[in-house]
Amino acid sequence: MYKGGRIIASLIIFVAFLTFPFFYNMGKANAGPVNLTANIQKIANTQCVEPAEFMRANHMQLLNQWRNAYVRDGQTVYTNSQGEKFNIDLSTCIKCHSTGTESNPVGTINPATNPVGVSNPALNTSDQFCISCHNYVSVKPTCWSCHSETGGATK
Amino acid sequence: MSINRRQFLRRVGLVSALGLGGSFVITSLRGKKVEAASSVAEYETSKDALVAKHWAMVVDMSKFKTEEDFKKVVDSCVSIHNIPDIGNLKDEIKWIWEDDYEHTFSGGENEYLTESFKKLPFAVICNHCENPPCVKACPTGATFKRPDGIVDMDYHRCIGCRFCMGACPYGARSFNWRDPRPFIKKIDPDFPTRTQGVVEKCTFCVERLADGVMPACVEASNGGLIFGDLDDPNSEVRKIISTKYTIRRKVELGTQPSVYYLIGGGNNA
Amino acid sequence: MLEKALTGSKRYWAWIFFLLAVIAVGLVAYFRQYNYGLGLTGMSRDVSWGLYIAQFTFLVGVAASAVMLVTPYYLHDFKKFGKMVILGEFLAISSVIMCIFFIFVDVGQPMRILNVLLYPQLHSVMFYDMCVLFGYLFINIVVGWTTLGAERKGTPPPKWIKPIIYISIPWAFSIHTVTAFLYAGLPGRPFWLSAIMAARFLAAAFAAGPAFLILLVLIVRKVSKFDADPPGVGAIQSLVKIIRYAMIANIFFYICEVFTAFYSNIPEEMAPFKYAFVGLDGHTSLVPFMWAATILAFIGIGLLIFPTRKNKVLLPLALVAIYIANWIDKGVVLIIAGFVPNPFGRVTEYFPTSNELAIVVGVYAIGTLVLTVLYKVAISVREQNQI
Repeated sequence: MYKGGRIIASLIIFVAFLTFPFFYNMGKANAGPVNLTANIQKIANTQCVEPAEFMRANHMQLLNQWRNAYVRDGQTVYTNSQGEKFNIDLSTCIKCHSTGTESNPVGTINPATNPVGVSNPALNTSDQFCISCHNYVSVKPTCWSCHSETGGATK
Repeated sequence: MSINRRQFLRRVGLVSALGLGGSFVITSLRGKKVEAASSVAEYETSKDALVAKHWAMVVDMSKFKTEEDFKKVVDSCVSIHNIPDIGNLKDEIKWIWEDDYEHTFSGGENEYLTESFKKLPFAVICNHCENPPCVKACPTGATFKRPDGIVDMDYHRCIGCRFCMGACPYGARSFNWRDPRPFIKKIDPDFPTRTQGVVEKCTFCVERLADGVMPACVEASNGGLIFGDLDDPNSEVRKIISTKYTIRRKVELGTQPSVYYLIGGGNNA
Repeated sequence: MLEKALTGSKRYWAWIFFLLAVIAVGLVAYFRQYNYGLGLTGMSRDVSWGLYIAQFTFLVGVAASAVMLVTPYYLHDFKKFGKMVILGEFLAISSVIMCIFFIFVDVGQPMRILNVLLYPQLHSVMFYDMCVLFGYLFINIVVGWTTLGAERKGTPPPKWIKPIIYISIPWAFSIHTVTAFLYAGLPGRPFWLSAIMAARFLAAAFAAGPAFLILLVLIVRKVSKFDADPPGVGAIQSLVKIIRYAMIANIFFYICEVFTAFYSNIPEEMAPFKYAFVGLDGHTSLVPFMWAATILAFIGIGLLIFPTRKNKVLLPLALVAIYIANWIDKGVVLIIAGFVPNPFGRVTEYFPTSNELAIVVGVYAIGTLVLTVLYKVAISVREQNQI
C-alpha cells in the first residue's frame, strides 16, 4: 500500500476518537433521567392524555399533531382513544407534570443573568419539567424559546 | 487491492445512499405505526368558540378622541400578547397603533382638509384582507388565510424570510430582529412570546375567539372597535357598512381589507 | 479532476489561504448574528430587506449571464466562444452558490429553511425561486464537469449532455425572471410594481455578467498559460458587442421607468426615484450611489461604443465601470429604494452595520474560493492538453 504506514496509523487514531465515548463510559452505572418520578408526577387514578406507554413512545408526534390542529385548523379540543376530552394547550400537560414550585415567571430566560436574551434553540436551557428526560437523551426541544408557562417543574 | 480511487468513491457513495435511504424508509414505516395508533383520536373546535364566515372590524372614529382611548386599546393587545417594547424604531414590534389621515390612506394629502380631520388618529392593524398579498408571498404557508377570513400566523413554520413584510401594502407586519423576551414588561404565560427570527402581526385574537371571547382591543375600546361577521346580515358590522359611509385603506390595490373606518360617526353621518 | 486544485504555485496557495481567512472572519460575524438575531444588521421594520437580498438579486443576474456564452456556442455553433464557455459555466456555479449563501444568512430561522420544500406553497414566487436556483446549480455542475472531463480525456462529450445544455438556455432566463417576479408582483411597492422588471433584470445581467467574465479571462491570461481568447479569435470583442447592446437596452429600460414615473406625476411612483436621485424629506444616503452608477454606466457604454473598446487599458476600465454601475443599481439601490417611502409615506433609511458587511464580504469570499478552485481545475486541464 502506498504510504501504508501513515494510512493505517491515521485510521487507528480516527477509530480511537470515534469510539472514545464508549470506552470512557464502559462499566459506569447508567444514571438515568434525573428526578424522573418527581417530575412526572402520578396523581392517583389519573392517566395522561393517552396511556403512559403510548405517551412515552409518541408524545412528540402527539404534540406536533396538537400544534397543527390548534394553530392551523383552529381546533382546540382533543378526544383521546378512550373518549375523554382535553383542551389542546400546554397547560393541560403542566397541570400534572409539575413539581408545584413557582417557577421563574419570566419563563425560560432571566434577563438579570442574560441581558442579551439568547433564545435560539441551539443554546436554550429551560426550567420546565421536560428537560429532566430531554437532557438525559440529549434532545433539545425548541418549544420554550417561545412558550412560557408558569409553575413548570425545575430539574 | 487493485481498486482505484474513483471506484472506491463510487462504492462509498452507493453504500451511504443505501444506508440513508434505508433509514428514511424505516422512519416513515414507524411514522405510519404512530398514525395508526392515534387515528382513533379526534380533533374538534370548542363548543364555546365564536364562528363566522368573514370576520371584519369597524373602527368608529367618533369614539377615538383622546390619547386615553387609544392607550387602553393598545395596552390590552400588548399585555395579553407579550408584545415587547424594544425601544427603538428600527426593531420595533407593533400589532395595533395609530397614525393620521394623510399617512394612513393612499392619496391622503390634501392641504385643504380641516385641521381636526388632519389630526384625527386612526387605529391601524392588519387588515385581514380577502386577497392577502402576504399569504400569496409566503413560501412555507406560515401565514395563511383561515376559512373564517382571518389571516393567521403559524410561528412554528415561519423561516423569517420576510417576503410577507415586503408584500404587505399596509406595513402591518413586524419582525423579531432580536430576542423579544428581555423587552416584555410582564410575560403573560397563556400566550407564547415568539422568538427571534419570526414575523408577527395582529391575528384578530384567534385564541380568544376560540374560547368565545371578543378580541382584546374590541373589549377595551368601549364601542370604538366593532367586530363581527360581515357575512351575517344581522351583525352590527354588516349594518354599519351597508348603511353608513366607511372607508378602507388602499382599496385600489384589490386586497379587499376587512377593516373599515366609520368616519361619518353616529351623529355626523 | 478536483485533485488539480490541490497543486499549485505559492501565489495560488497564498490566495487560497487569504480567502479562507476572510471566510473565517465572515463565519465569526455570522455566529454573532445567529445568536443575537438579524437586528445586528441595519435592517428595520420598514426596510426589511437589505444588503443580503440585494447581493442575491445581483448575483442571480451574474449567474444567468452564462447563457450569453452557451447560446451562441452550443445553439448557433459560434465557435469563437469555445474556450470561454467553461469559464462562464463555472462563474455561474460560483454565483449561484453565493446566492444560496446570501439567502441562508438573511433568513431569521435558518434551521427551518427546509420548510420551503416540506410545505411547498405553489402560489409563492419564492418557492419557485428556490427550485429554479438549485436546478440551475445542478445543471451547470453537470454540464461543466462533464464537458471538462471529456476534454481532459480527449473525447467528445457524451450525447446525453446536449439536451441538458439546451435546457440550460431557457432555465438561465427563468432564474432571473423568477427573481424579478419576487419584486414585480408586490402590490404595495410601487418602485418594483413594473412590468419591465424582468426585462430590466435580464438586460442588466447580460451586461454585468459577461463584463465580469472578460475581466476574469484577462486575469486568467496573466496568472496562467491558458488564454481563453487566443490572438486572432476575437471572442472577447464578440462578447463586448453583447455587453454593449445589453447595457444600452438596460439604460433604455431605466429611462422608460423614469419617464413613466415622472410624466404621470403620480406621487407614489415618483417618490422612490426622487429618494435615489435627489433625496426624499432630507434623506439622501443613496444619492451619491445612484449618480455614481449613472455616470459609470454612461462612461462604460461610451468606452465600449468607440474604438476605445479595443484598447488594452480602456477596455478593462469600461468593463469595471459597467459591472460597478450594475452592482450599485441592483446590489444597493433597487432593494433599499423599494422600501422608501414606507406604506405610510415616511422615510426610514438603511445603513448596513459592520457585522453585516463582514458577512457580505465573507460570502463573496466563499464564492471567490469556489471560483478559484473551479478555474484552477479548468486551467490545469487546458494547460495539460495544450502540452
